[in-house]
Amino acid sequence: MTAATVSSELAANGRNIRPGRVITWTLLLIGGLIMVTPLLYMFSTSLKTAGQVYDLRLIPAAPTLDNYIRVVSDGRFLRWFLNSTFVALAVTVSNVFFDSLVGYTLAKFEFRGRYFVFLAILSTLMIPTEMLVIPWYLMSSQLGWIDSYWGIMFPGMMTAFGTFLMKQFFEGVPNDFLEAARVDGLNEFTIWWKIAMPMVTPAISALAIFTFLGNWTAFFWPLIVTTSRELYTLPVGLSSFAVEQSIQWEMIMTGAALATIPTLLVFLLLQRYIVRGVMLAGLKG
Amino acid sequence: MAKIELQGLVKEYGRTRVVHGIDLAIEDGEFVVFVGPSGCGKSTTLRMIAGLEDISGGTLIIGGEVVNQREPKQRNIAMVFQNYAIYPHMTVGQNIGFGLYTSKLPKAEKRKRIEETGKILGLEALLDRRPAALSGGQRQRVAIGRAMVRDPVAFLFDEPLSNLDAQLRGQMRIEIKRLHQRLGTTVVYVTHDQIEAMTMADRIVVMKDGHILQVGTPSDLYENPVDMFTARFIGSPSMNLLPGSMASGKLTVEGATWSGGTVSGTGEVRVGVRPHDLEVAETAGSGLSATGPVVAVEPLGAETLVHVEVGGETVIATAPGRVVPPIGSSVTVAAPTGSLHLFDVATEKALGRA
Ligand SMILES: Nc1ncnc2c1ncn2[C@@H]1O[C@H](COP(=O)(O)OP(=O)(O)OP(=O)(O)O)[C@@H](O)[C@H]1O
Ligand SMILES: [Mg+2]
Repeated sequence: MTAATVSSELAANGRNIRPGRVITWTLLLIGGLIMVTPLLYMFSTSLKTAGQVYDLRLIPAAPTLDNYIRVVSDGRFLRWFLNSTFVALAVTVSNVFFDSLVGYTLAKFEFRGRYFVFLAILSTLMIPTEMLVIPWYLMSSQLGWIDSYWGIMFPGMMTAFGTFLMKQFFEGVPNDFLEAARVDGLNEFTIWWKIAMPMVTPAISALAIFTFLGNWTAFFWPLIVTTSRELYTLPVGLSSFAVEQSIQWEMIMTGAALATIPTLLVFLLLQRYIVRGVMLAGLKG
Repeated sequence: MAKIELQGLVKEYGRTRVVHGIDLAIEDGEFVVFVGPSGCGKSTTLRMIAGLEDISGGTLIIGGEVVNQREPKQRNIAMVFQNYAIYPHMTVGQNIGFGLYTSKLPKAEKRKRIEETGKILGLEALLDRRPAALSGGQRQRVAIGRAMVRDPVAFLFDEPLSNLDAQLRGQMRIEIKRLHQRLGTTVVYVTHDQIEAMTMADRIVVMKDGHILQVGTPSDLYENPVDMFTARFIGSPSMNLLPGSMASGKLTVEGATWSGGTVSGTGEVRVGVRPHDLEVAETAGSGLSATGPVVAVEPLGAETLVHVEVGGETVIATAPGRVVPPIGSSVTVAAPTGSLHLFDVATEKALGRA
């Protein structure tokens, strides 16, 4: 290779790759800032006293943990936190179980009407939640589910998306594994539970993470279906801080900050699985 | 231990029939190999025996009982799959033990059996490993172990060696064969590799397009193939087939001379001669002989396969010893009387030997 070609290649590299990179990084940086700023303000406000709330400096002049002590020692917050935890966990377990079971059946068994069932499930993905809220509400009130845990949870106990996701993954499990187990004498339920499920753990963790976070932050439906304060989930409860008396921003922000803790924990501990889950979901779906 | 009988076994997928009513009796303790080209219905037949595929017609009898409607687990049959199907989330020991999942044996007895099986297969040091940390051959042994540990009435193998490299395949062939001799359990083995069939089988079943063409011992099939397909399928390299004709007791072979006496029959024929019967010779004796240019050579050490052009076709002959004829040189090849196979051109059926 001559010096001329080397230098022209370097020039080409410089021309082609650098500007792209610069633009990418800039966009990512702007995006990151836009997303992080409200979070920072949330934490910052939670450390301010009521009088300082409209002092918009990011670093509080006199940071204090008083708000946290007040929120945590207020029994309502703890109750809402536990409500949210219970609802999100129960819905997650239910989704992991039922979405997988249905997805597996759709992926691995031939039966009359299979395609129709699959299409019917998929078609529900095209209906926005806002449109479903009224039927859900009517149904709940007919069945006496208003203002109950079950009322909060039932719309999400199984999701079309989860079923679809799990079906796609189960399709990737070679039939030989299932047939080997069948020959070994396992029944179909055990084959699903002992053989097929462990082979789709990335999908299960992705489904579990997204379901948990989705339900942890759910606001609209819990707000509509609950009337007594004891049954509020955390987001609903926090918003009620806003309407009672005057708006206590520092309290709302403290509650919100506390509410992000499980979310952050999930992300920090399971980051690996989330990235993998998103990637796999993207590749498969 | 059980005899397996297939009586008019049929498999249909919707309207298409892929197995056309096959009859076969597999004796207790026999090692039977199904061979045939891709898509001929070998796997389908095996899966019907295992109970993984519904039987569309006919009767399947295992150990004297009709099992058409029985679930796989009620047939007490073990199966080894092409891609091993050992579970990645379990250790080797757990995988082998999985064969005992439904057995009511006490735990200690199960553990003993797993360890014994591991020992027989040379896996005793690997029982705590995960499959991901095993070689292909070791994985295949685990799959065999899972089948063995249960003491089934028969083993079914569906192309168990096709994912292994040539050397390992040779080794595993011997191991499976020895295992069969040791356990004496009936084996039904599917492959499209005729070497596996020849080396392992007590009896070979040649299938094509959902039909059984021929059933026999390896030497049966080698010596007396009933049609051109079996003739070419069994034996390596494949049998040479030359165009020829018969008229008033005389056999003429295109591009070659025949001095081996009279034949009965008339009409066009294909004349088959195995490469190992067709030798490069100094002088032509009685039988078939031909002279032509060498187009390619494959020295194998003890002998050399010589590709010679005869009557517009390339035939493979053998040159014994270490003399490799140069490409382009003219050689004479000869096959003794009695080594030729004659086939009808239209029906492809065997007409006899010459
Ligand atoms: N589920 C199915 N639906 C329709 N046709 C099928 C199905 N499974 C197999 N077949 C057809 O049945 C025929 C026999 O298939 P089979 O798998 O038994 O072949 P094989 O002899 O095992 O071939 P190979 O050596 O490639 O494994 C093939 O023509 C195949 O296309
Ligand atoms: Mg097959």
